[in-house]
Amino acid sequence: MNTKVQLENLNVYFGQNHAVKSATMDFRPNSVTAIIGPSGCGKSTVLRSINRMHDLTPGARVTGRIIFDDMDIYDRSIDPVLIRRKIGMVFQKPNPFPAMSIYDNVLAGYRLNGRIDRNEADEIVEASLKRVALWDEVKDRLRANSMELSGGQQQRLCIARTIAVKPEVILMDEPASALDPISTLKIEELIEELKEKYTIIIVTHNMQQAARVSDVTAFFYLGDLIECGETKKIFTTPDRKQTEDYITGRFG
Amino acid sequence: MEREHFSKLYDAALNEIREKLLVMGGKVEVMITNAMKAIVERDSDLAERTISFDHEINHLEVEIDEKCLQVLATRQPAGRDLRFLTLALKIVTDLERIGDQCAAIARRAIELNQEPQLKPYIDLPRMAHWTGVMVKESLDAFVRGDDELALKVCLDDQFVDDLNEQIQRELLTFMMEDPETISRAIKINYISKCLERIADHATNVAEMVIFMVKGKDIRHTID
Repeated sequence: MNTKVQLENLNVYFGQNHAVKSATMDFRPNSVTAIIGPSGCGKSTVLRSINRMHDLTPGARVTGRIIFDDMDIYDRSIDPVLIRRKIGMVFQKPNPFPAMSIYDNVLAGYRLNGRIDRNEADEIVEASLKRVALWDEVKDRLRANSMELSGGQQQRLCIARTIAVKPEVILMDEPASALDPISTLKIEELIEELKEKYTIIIVTHNMQQAARVSDVTAFFYLGDLIECGETKKIFTTPDRKQTEDYITGRFG
Repeated sequence: MEREHFSKLYDAALNEIREKLLVMGGKVEVMITNAMKAIVERDSDLAERTISFDHEINHLEVEIDEKCLQVLATRQPAGRDLRFLTLALKIVTDLERIGDQCAAIARRAIELNQEPQLKPYIDLPRMAHWTGVMVKESLDAFVRGDDELALKVCLDDQFVDDLNEQIQRELLTFMMEDPETISRAIKINYISKCLERIADHATNVAEMVIFMVKGKDIRHTID
């Protein structure tokens, strides 16, 4: 199967504001898709609609369909909690739970699904931290407060918390924009590794980052999906002039 | 119409590269003309000057290369800017090689001028003229982003190739008739080959222009 998530004629409104206009596109499994575009183009809105984060936003309305595997995630019968377990989210600012230890942070999402025994918990914590390349840095202080970690470490901890619940898709909203260059490169490398197991959709303002980490790039402008294609093509020979002007720094 | 970058400095840097390439192209054209003049008018002084002029071309090559690397490192260009810069880096190499070929022609001119003229030069100046036109047009196409003109250059290459073959055939008859002419004929043959190479470099530039404008690689497709 070559599509993990599919937008079909997706529209998102906030009151009178038509934020995303009839977007139709596919997200390939085990690959990284970057969504780029100037502020207010609707890229974060698209990302958030994929795990139903607009459900509780007053005045927000979503039409069209988002198909995840064979499931329409906006179908009335679908439990949003299930969707969010399958489709995880990593935010711009690292947001570990401040009162919790590193260990408990990793398990925070997993525990919502019910009680787990000690051995299972240990395994999940170790596996998740190893997967985000944080294990060696924190294995001796798992009970320490998560706020003791650096920003980059906190962000990797948040990614560990996301993958601990075994999602299939990971949404990332500017995951490295609050981090220093080295931590940013670590996150980028991690993204490259994570795509073996997950489908990753990333929103970023940093075009070089999109060019570096993604396989496919979608360019949004004023709520319209202007162009979507192989990243190497979008950044060298895009089809649309608007895309070219944006990636070359001529407007946006 | 071409939009400007948000950063005026970025535009200025790209323009500087564009202008330097044009200057380099202009100098190379002068070299082709002078190298040929040195042969036709048997002017060894001019030939010497053409040879030493090659330094200026080499100097520009280094300057343009440096500027391109600087922009690549600081701006991380994309899209047509990326295509322009990678193209500029290749065009300087082609122009520099054309300069080398002109210097080689001038060296043969000095040698030929020390012996009696083998034959009146008719096809050689014609070839030099059209080769010069191809170089000029390929650079015009580059500056204007004119892919049609670039395509014309690619197609014109055949004409220069044909002239080269014709000259070679003619020289062969001289050599067969009189072995005395062999040394001169080989030199003229070499000059003809140099001009044919110059036309190939112009064709390279033209093909790259088409890539820059249309984003489509046509290398090794035209025969």
